Amino acid sequence: MKELRDPAVLRRLLDEIGAKAGLLGRTPRLMEVCGTHTMTLFKHGLTPMLAEAGVEMVSGPGCPVCITPNAVHEAAIAAVTRTEGLTLAAFGDMTRVPTRKGSLQAAVPAAGSRLRIVYSPEEALDEARREPGRQVVFFGAGFETTIPGIAYTAKRAAAEGLRNFSILPALWLIPPALRAILDAGEIAVDGFIYPGHVSAVIGAAPYEFVARDYGIPGAIAGFEPGDMLLGVRSVLDQALAGRAEVALEYGRAIGREGNAVARALMDEVFEPFDAVWRGLGKIPGSGLRFRAEYAGLDAGRRWGMAAETAEMADASDLAGCRCGEVLRGVIRPAGCPLFSKRCRPDSPLGPCMVSFEGACLIHFKYGPVRRARS
Amino acid sequence: MCLAVPAKIVRLEESGQGTASYMGSEVRANFSLVPRARPGDWVIIHAGFAISIVDAREARETLRLFKEMAATDRR
Amino acid sequence: MTKISLELGSGGRLMRDFLAAKIVPAFRDPLLGELADATHLPGGIALTTDSYVVDPLFFPGGDIGTLAVNGTVNDLVVAGAEPRFLSLALILEEGLEAEVLDRVIGSIRTAAKRARVRIVTGDTKVVRRGQGDKVFINTAGIGRTVARPRLERVRRGDKLILTGTLGDHSLAVMLARGDFGLRSSVRSDCAPLVFLLPLWRAGARWMRDVTRGGLATVLSELVERLPYPVLIEEDAVPLSRPVRAASELLGIDPLYMACEGKAVIVAPAAKAAGILARVRRHPLGRRAAVIGEVQDRVGRPGELLLRTAAGGLRLLEPLTSELLPRIC
Repeated sequence: MKELRDPAVLRRLLDEIGAKAGLLGRTPRLMEVCGTHTMTLFKHGLTPMLAEAGVEMVSGPGCPVCITPNAVHEAAIAAVTRTEGLTLAAFGDMTRVPTRKGSLQAAVPAAGSRLRIVYSPEEALDEARREPGRQVVFFGAGFETTIPGIAYTAKRAAAEGLRNFSILPALWLIPPALRAILDAGEIAVDGFIYPGHVSAVIGAAPYEFVARDYGIPGAIAGFEPGDMLLGVRSVLDQALAGRAEVALEYGRAIGREGNAVARALMDEVFEPFDAVWRGLGKIPGSGLRFRAEYAGLDAGRRWGMAAETAEMADASDLAGCRCGEVLRGVIRPAGCPLFSKRCRPDSPLGPCMVSFEGACLIHFKYGPVRRARS
Repeated sequence: MCLAVPAKIVRLEESGQGTASYMGSEVRANFSLVPRARPGDWVIIHAGFAISIVDAREARETLRLFKEMAATDRR
Repeated sequence: MTKISLELGSGGRLMRDFLAAKIVPAFRDPLLGELADATHLPGGIALTTDSYVVDPLFFPGGDIGTLAVNGTVNDLVVAGAEPRFLSLALILEEGLEAEVLDRVIGSIRTAAKRARVRIVTGDTKVVRRGQGDKVFINTAGIGRTVARPRLERVRRGDKLILTGTLGDHSLAVMLARGDFGLRSSVRSDCAPLVFLLPLWRAGARWMRDVTRGGLATVLSELVERLPYPVLIEEDAVPLSRPVRAASELLGIDPLYMACEGKAVIVAPAAKAAGILARVRRHPLGRRAAVIGEVQDRVGRPGELLLRTAAGGLRLLEPLTSELLPRIC
């Protein structure tokens, strides 16, 4: 796939993009809503190159770690610090978020308990199978890319009658968040770059309301630099033609119809509810919770943390933290007065500086911002 | 939140588990979400699950387009 | 800070602040104040010390024993000293299997022979079960000074040579801890860098072994003390195929992954080709490459820049937190 990173090709695409943006007569602002897209842009130095070509890129709430309210992170910490003989299995991304009770990684586990970083929910399930005397809680956080795998794992656990496995869910849906950002009207967005792997599951249809009801063009893009530039070019083409649709610029990997098997699984195990997102507040139909038949697997219920979970979460940040505004695209990381001064990767005040997908961490690590060295 | 890689299926087991090859390394993953996948197919793997089958024809077409763009630039 | 956190040990800014605030002022010694990994003493000798707490103890390509010898040997080599003698202090947890200890000691013996150092003194302590992580090792090393590298001698136009691929050790240890469903042929690159000693005579200006925090962290520390920015070419950085694969799969950046047998060398432009050729002649240096330059065409003094494979330019910051596999 190195052709998709070839500088000559990227230069040519950037030139085309520059020409089209010039024809538009103004600087279009495009929002991507996927932390991995944010990463691609910065890791390869694309954002300044796009700015030079006359396109402004802005990040939306594409970081599941960042938008999960502190209360849910704190529930995970409570599980591993209060109960003995328990394994709290989590994706690496989730373990460093600073909460009022510190981070999951820094928490001191109860006797015989431990935090375990996993790459897949199946690793957690395997541990529960291997050690029937041990309680295993999987801290399941993610968007639609990750949710089907978690649903599958839940279904297997139920089918096998495992009593020592449960899932603490922090499951979020992208399309409702897009609607919330558009309805909030805080920033003007001229186009969207849709997340390619979320779309692998949900397909193109769930974004169509953006084109139809708001008249905003968008393109589903993959994750190589070339993929993203193809997406940007497609959005500009639509804008120039006065068209708004959901273009698929990642056809080599996904289809417009998405993955029906994955969606059916999600639907079997989970049901939507009005979840509270850090920085965006309560969004109708934006979260997933266990259906009644699977409620036995809900760690929130099993460990008496229902009051601390997403349903009734207090989504406020630690004092002074403006992650919420960053997540909504209202300010850039540099627009937060704490950015790179008091809030730095080794002393983060909010999740946007902690999560590998967090806009603030990405800007700090990869940005061309001129900072005084301290 | 979309960190995933394209990998080629090497072996599928009854349980839905299997192995795929990515740049010479073997990855264990669950293929239950892509029941039509066969050994030799390329899939997108995220967090231990294959979530999509890569369309080999489209993939070749994309690469060809990019190769073309690269070639015409080097005169 | 009232309580020591795990983060402190990760070697990043917290560690440096700790040293500056607690250690240096306590002793007020000009030699200590340099905070070098190895210090040249009057009499033509150099001294270094390091402690090894790796988990798991054994991993493909090495174990805590090989680390304990090579880590200390390499600190001496890159400081300009020929390693000669090591001390070996063991802290063992009660209940440790004798067979495990035998293996570790065997590795230490083999590594010492390979690095041509003698273990000449040591200590052994046993702590209660639960109070230590099976084996902790401290080694101190003494070497004969052969060069006194000075950063002040680094000039605009100097080249940066990396002696081999990045991240093999880090990946080997990560996969030995929890395999993340990945079966890889990767092996730790833990090895002695003694073969680099002749380069001091061949004109090398400065060297550093690329350990915790990876290349980006080591170079950040270099560039902080230079009056010029440093530019690295991403395309030129050698990576092994398993590390390339795992980094894409697990979302870890090879520029931050630790090695235990690789060094970065600053060489004057006129001598760089010759030095590179000499490194490449050695089996441990086959993948050596010029990866960057001390320059002032782009960036500002104190900045470490990366020209990405895509042709873009970005800043490289030192590692500030533990490298964890991610899904996002």
